[in-house]
Amino acid sequence: MMAAASDSLARPVDLREPSGWRRSKNQIMTVLMWLAFVIVLIPLGFVLVTLVAKGADAISWQFLTNSTIPPNVVPLGTGGMGAAVVGTLEVTGFASVLAIPLGVLGAVYLNEYGGNRILAQLISFMSNVMTGVPSIVMGLFIFIIWVTHFGYSGLAGSFALACLMLPIVIRSSYEMLRLVPDSLRQGSYALGASKARVTLTIVLPAALSGIVSGALLAVARAAGETAPVLFTMLTVEQTNSNLFSGPNTTLPFQIFMNAQSAYTGANARAWGAALTLVAITFILMIAARIITALFTRNTR
Amino acid sequence: MSTVTKADPATPAGSANPLNRRRPLGDRGFQILALAAGLLVLVILVLITVTTAQQSATWFSGGFKDIFQVSFDGNTHFGAMGVLYGTVISSVIGVIIGVPVSVGIALLLTQVVPARWARPFVYVIDLLAVVPSVVWGLWGIIVLVPWLQKIYLDIASGVKGIPVLDSLFGGPNVTGASFFTAGLILAIMITPIITSLSREVIATVPDIDKEGAYALGATRWEMIRGTVWPHSQGGVVGAILIGFGRAMGETIAVALVIGDSVEFTPHLFYSGHSIAAIIALQFGEATGGEFRSALIGLGLFLFVLTILVNLVARWFVERSARRARGE
Repeated sequence: MMAAASDSLARPVDLREPSGWRRSKNQIMTVLMWLAFVIVLIPLGFVLVTLVAKGADAISWQFLTNSTIPPNVVPLGTGGMGAAVVGTLEVTGFASVLAIPLGVLGAVYLNEYGGNRILAQLISFMSNVMTGVPSIVMGLFIFIIWVTHFGYSGLAGSFALACLMLPIVIRSSYEMLRLVPDSLRQGSYALGASKARVTLTIVLPAALSGIVSGALLAVARAAGETAPVLFTMLTVEQTNSNLFSGPNTTLPFQIFMNAQSAYTGANARAWGAALTLVAITFILMIAARIITALFTRNTR
Repeated sequence: MSTVTKADPATPAGSANPLNRRRPLGDRGFQILALAAGLLVLVILVLITVTTAQQSATWFSGGFKDIFQVSFDGNTHFGAMGVLYGTVISSVIGVIIGVPVSVGIALLLTQVVPARWARPFVYVIDLLAVVPSVVWGLWGIIVLVPWLQKIYLDIASGVKGIPVLDSLFGGPNVTGASFFTAGLILAIMITPIITSLSREVIATVPDIDKEGAYALGATRWEMIRGTVWPHSQGGVVGAILIGFGRAMGETIAVALVIGDSVEFTPHLFYSGHSIAAIIALQFGEATGGEFRSALIGLGLFLFVLTILVNLVARWFVERSARRARGE
C-alpha cells in the first residue's frame, strides 16, 4: 500500500490521518458548527430565564382569573388577565374548530383524490406558499371582509387565526397521509368499501397521531399570534365570554399593549401574560409530542 | 358486461372501482367536500388580493409620485419607499446573521451528531419557533434594546471618521431600537425554519456519495464541501429565501424594536420602520380616507412581495428535490 503510493507521488502519503492544514481546517469547521448551536442557545436561554424570573413574580391565581384588566398605569396586584386568558382560549379554540377539519379535508383531497391533476398540484403548491403569507395580511383581509360589515368580535379574530392555521394543517396532514401504505387502501377496496368509507375509517385513523400532533402545533402557533387579532377584535377590560359579538382580547394583544408602555406595572403585567402564553404553547407542544410517541408505539 | 368496462365519469382516478357503478351519495358528497376544502386555499388567496386592491384604490389612484416617496406621516405623505427600505434592510440583516448559524446547525445535526442523538438538539431549535413573536418583541424592547444601546454608542464612537463604517455604524442619532436590533431579533426568529428546511434537503444526500468521498481520503469538511454542498445547494438557497420571506412579514417583534420612525438612511443603528410594523402600529388611528387606503395598499404590497419570494423559494426547493430523486 505504502509502496504503491510512493511510486506515483514524491513522498509517501498516510491515508489514515489527514495532516497539517487539512486536518486543522476540518477541526475549525467542526468547532464553528458547534459554535453556531451555542450562539442560538444564548438568546433562547436568556429569553426563557428572563421570562420565568419576571413572569413568576407577576403570576398568581388572582392574576390569571380576575376578569378586570386594569389600565397600564395601575401597579401589579390589582385586577388580572382573566379576560385575556378566556379570550385566548375562546378565539383560538374556535379558530381550531374551523381550520382543523377544513385543513384535514383539504389534505384528503390532495392525497386521496387529487393525484397528479394540475388543480391538485396547484393547491398543493399554493398551500405551501400560503404558509409564508404574513399574519398581518390575514388580519387586514378579515378586517375588510368581516369587520367593516359586522363589527369587531372574537369571531373575526377566530377567522383571521383560522386563515393562518389552514395551510399549516393542510401541509402537516398531507405529509402524514402520504405515509399511509397503499396496501391498506387496496385491502379495504377489495372488501367493497367506497372511497369515502376507506378514507374515513382506514386512512385517517392510520394517520391520526401525526395529524393531531401537526394540528396541535398549528394551534400553538395561532395562540401566540398578535398581528391577526390586532384590528379584528379591538380590546376589552372585562371578560367577554360571548365569542360572536362585541370586542374581545387575547394574551398576545395584552402583551403587545403593555410592552409599549413605560409604566412598571404594565411591564410586569406583560411578563406575567407572556409566561402564561408560553406555558400554554409549551403544554400544547408537549401534548403533541406525547400523542405522537403514544400512537407510534401502538401502531408498531 | 359492457356497462362494467365503461368508465364511470364520477369515479376519481385511482379509486378504480368499476364493479360498483352506483356510487353512494355520501361518497360523492365527501369528495366534493374535500375538493371544496382544497379550493378554499385558492379562494382565500384570490380574495385577499381582490379585497385589498379594492380598498387601496384611493392610494394607488394618487399616482406614482405619491407612492414613490420616502415620507409616511399619516397626514399628507403616504410614501411606500421608506417603509419598504426598512423591511428589506432589517430582513437582509436578519438573513446575513441567521443563515451561517442556521446552515451550521443543519450541518452539525446531519453530519456531525449521530442520528440517534440529534433529536434533543432538534427539540431545542424548535423551542425557538414556539416562543411567540410578541414575546421576542417584549424581551427585545425591555431587555435587549437598553443593553444594545450602550454597545451601539461604543461602536459609533469607535468608528467616528472612518469613511464607510461611519455611515453604516456611526452618526449622532444612534439608538437602541433600530434597524440592526430588528435584524438581530429576525435572525433569531428565522433560524428554526431555515435550519429545519436545510436539514431536510441535506438529509437527502445519498450515503454512497459521502462514503465515496471518505474513501478518497477526504476529511469531514472536505466531504461536506465536495458532496453535501453541491447536492443541496439549491434547496438551501430555497430555505434561505423562505426565511427571508418570513423575516419580511414578521410584524409584532419588529414593531416593538425597530423604533417607529420612517427613515431612509444608511445608518443601521438609527431607528426606522417596516411595512408590517407600520400597519400594526398605525392602522388603529387610520379611521378612513387615504390613510387607511395607504396602509391597506402597503399590506397588499407586502402580500405580493412575500408571495413572489415564496414562489421563487419553492421553485428552488422543488427543483432540488426533483434532482435528489434523480429526475
